[in-house]
Amino acid sequence: MAVMVGEIDNTWDDPRRRAPLVTGNLDFAGVTETVCRVTETPVRQTPRAWTIAFSISSTLLLILLLMIAYLFFTGVGVWGLNNPVGWGFDITNFVFWVGIGHAGTLISAILYLFRQRWRTGINRFAEAMTIFAVICALMFPGIHVGRIWFIYYMFPLPNQMGMWPQFRSPLLWDVFAVGTYFAVSLMFWYVGMIPDLATLRDRAKTQARKIIYGLLAVGWNGSARHWHRFERAYLLLAALCTPLVLSVHSVVSFDFAVSMLPGWHTTIFPPYFVAGAIFGGFAMVLFLAVPARAYFGLKHLITLRHIENMNKILLATGMIVGYAYLMEFFIAWYSANAVELFMFKTRAMGPFAWAYWTMVTCNVIVPQIFWSKRMRNNMLVTFLVAVLVNVGMWFERFVIIVSSLAQDFTPAAWDSYRPTWVEILTLAGSFGLFFTLFLLFCRFLPMVAMAEVKVIMPQPHGGHREGS
Amino acid sequence: MADVITTPRERHKPPAPPRTGRVAGLLAEFDSPEALKDAARKVREAGYTRWDAHAPYPVHGIDAAVGIRQTRLPWVVMGFGTLGCVTGLWLQWWTNATSYAQYPGVSTFLQGYDLIVSGKPFWSLPANIPIIFELTVLFAAAAATFGMLLANNLPLFSQPVFHCRRFMRVTTDGYYITIDASDPRFRAAPTADFLLAMHPVAVEQLEEPHTPAATPPVARRTFLFLSLLALIPLGLIAVARNSKSATPRIHPNQDMDNQVKYKAQQALPRFADGRAMRPPVGATPEQPLGLTVARGELYEDDHFYRGIVNGAFVTSFPTHRLEVPLNPALLRRGQERFNIYCAPCHGRDGSGNGIVNLRAVELSGTLGGAWVQAIDLTDDERRGRSHGHLFNSITNGIRTMPPYGDQIPPADRWAIVAYVRALQRSANATPADLPPEVQKEVQAR
Repeated sequence: MAVMVGEIDNTWDDPRRRAPLVTGNLDFAGVTETVCRVTETPVRQTPRAWTIAFSISSTLLLILLLMIAYLFFTGVGVWGLNNPVGWGFDITNFVFWVGIGHAGTLISAILYLFRQRWRTGINRFAEAMTIFAVICALMFPGIHVGRIWFIYYMFPLPNQMGMWPQFRSPLLWDVFAVGTYFAVSLMFWYVGMIPDLATLRDRAKTQARKIIYGLLAVGWNGSARHWHRFERAYLLLAALCTPLVLSVHSVVSFDFAVSMLPGWHTTIFPPYFVAGAIFGGFAMVLFLAVPARAYFGLKHLITLRHIENMNKILLATGMIVGYAYLMEFFIAWYSANAVELFMFKTRAMGPFAWAYWTMVTCNVIVPQIFWSKRMRNNMLVTFLVAVLVNVGMWFERFVIIVSSLAQDFTPAAWDSYRPTWVEILTLAGSFGLFFTLFLLFCRFLPMVAMAEVKVIMPQPHGGHREGS
Repeated sequence: MADVITTPRERHKPPAPPRTGRVAGLLAEFDSPEALKDAARKVREAGYTRWDAHAPYPVHGIDAAVGIRQTRLPWVVMGFGTLGCVTGLWLQWWTNATSYAQYPGVSTFLQGYDLIVSGKPFWSLPANIPIIFELTVLFAAAAATFGMLLANNLPLFSQPVFHCRRFMRVTTDGYYITIDASDPRFRAAPTADFLLAMHPVAVEQLEEPHTPAATPPVARRTFLFLSLLALIPLGLIAVARNSKSATPRIHPNQDMDNQVKYKAQQALPRFADGRAMRPPVGATPEQPLGLTVARGELYEDDHFYRGIVNGAFVTSFPTHRLEVPLNPALLRRGQERFNIYCAPCHGRDGSGNGIVNLRAVELSGTLGGAWVQAIDLTDDERRGRSHGHLFNSITNGIRTMPPYGDQIPPADRWAIVAYVRALQRSANATPADLPPEVQKEVQAR
């Protein structure tokens, strides 16, 4: 069996032996201890890796804030956008980050409805990833409007001018879709976390922790009646999130598909975008999970089986995305529309061919390595593939947006696009925002859903409370 | 009655919590979910009503043991989801599909406005579905979250159990039953004995927590101060709404409003005529567009581009151009273009009975109205027209026929002229025009 040193192999598929989802002979107290220990480490004993990562990410966050201030006080001219290419890094980053969020909801909601018990080990931090990715995503359309002080025009606010949003525009659907997605994901995340916040409250030693976790846990006391309503509410939220997550990236794709631009005006966009979002999101979950389980000692909760399952999903969704790439070309040819055909030829062989082939390599070719179980179980390979898929998915959005805008119908109106240093630093800064929030989450909130993990563990029997 | 009633299995006696003297209830700890369920069943059967079971996770089968009825939360969620759906529908109809001041009773800042966008209908359901869907989900999810908290009577920060150290493990690996002192069947000593009979790890007495009056004054003052601070923005808005200001609104940058460029009709003294807008090079009253011609747009070959030389229609094809070779390929090209652009009205045979014509005649028969019949291209008058005349009619249109010069390139127009000649020939053919072998065949019949 190809398993790395220090890993416990629970990846077998023999149905006669049910694979354990929690390894290392952990009992309930052990699970609580493993998860809570991370948040309860005194400040002085913070792991060095965390401190280094946090200082890098918070520096990037500071750069982001400076770039946004520069943008606001000087105007959108500091970006490299021009007349045909009105959307560049800003909307590429928006779609990229929204997509990242989708895997979190898929794990927490859709796998819950499908009773995939392995999700409990990873759902909490996948959901956290969703929240933080959507925060990064919401920022970009917010700042790209140029005059941020008119941002309230996006909302249906009563006013004497009779000036309401234009509800027939996909851009407004986006405001509602992503806004709802953020609000509902936040509720889902928080509701699921209440019992675990109560655990932290009950273990709190200092006054500050008692007050903060006490407020966050809203007085949860584990009552059977509360659990009954809690489970029902959680199920309902999962059922609501499932169509929501599919709708959000569909609506994002409408921003493109509903317009009349060659390269955008295609019916395959909604399913193609949703599959791509799940693909990219799972890559981000792996990118975060592989180091987190190593550094925070969570190998018994986020086991090899979890990583292996996610790698399988990466392989499957990667091939869906590859199919969509092929189908776009087929439809361009089959439509016999000269402009459409030209657009796709230019995409693969024109000035942005390097971006196109980077995308195909990272998204379609690289994940094929996961046909091998050996590779699926190798943490280093998993991590590298996750990085490459994230790169590829970012380029996918860049290719769709920029190459379609740069060369549309009238050759006289063509132009190219080159990001400025401000845009590049803003992209880097958005990663700073994401990782700062994520590192704070890892350090101060329960990273694994303890109460949910306990449900899928063997139940204790009378007199064996101390564990086996 | 002691505070802590221990059983032999208890090893460590926890320190007693601060006492307020009033009994809030009894707590019994169990060591497994099975023991908890057994105990819960017994407590329920004994007729207690104000009691609860506590566990670190939802124990399988506890609902039946405690006797919990199915929550009505799903109905609340469905109700709010429906409300969200109706809100989305109503919001979009009101703001985008009603006209300003259509409903005089409504305050001006709530009036809708039927903005025209690309001539689309004001009220079209397909475009409104995404937002209706999003609001349905948003309202339903909020109802699930807040409905669950409200039904559970949360947030509730002060509870007797939180003052019991033993209870701290409820969120890790402890299983408990609490019986409230307000239960009608609660009697301190007999209830404790009743719980002890179920072999718990321990039974403990719960005490009323300190009264809420014990909130520290610092906290109250902070809360009051923050509440006052929160009122400031509202106050500023109220002032702004009821006052006038001559200064422009806040604008961190002026790039969009004041751009470094000259606009139409602005003055620029640098030029002799003082105009910022420049006229075309060499423009005179006789030549207002000036003397320059864009590259490739001179069109100086009158024969080829206009079909007119020295003011007269040409009678020959512009065969000096490579684009117009008189050969079968040109005729086939002309046939294809004719069938695309001309046949809809003139018919494939040029007789003037195209599908548009037939339909228009049919409609004018029922609806009335004037329809000018597309002419027969093969009649004698049209046969007598020169090549240039036909070319000119295609280029610039004639009577009710629109011009096709901007849609069909010149070489294709000449190809159409050639094909029209072929149609005229075939429509007026005599047996003598047939090839000799076909003539023999016809005669043989």
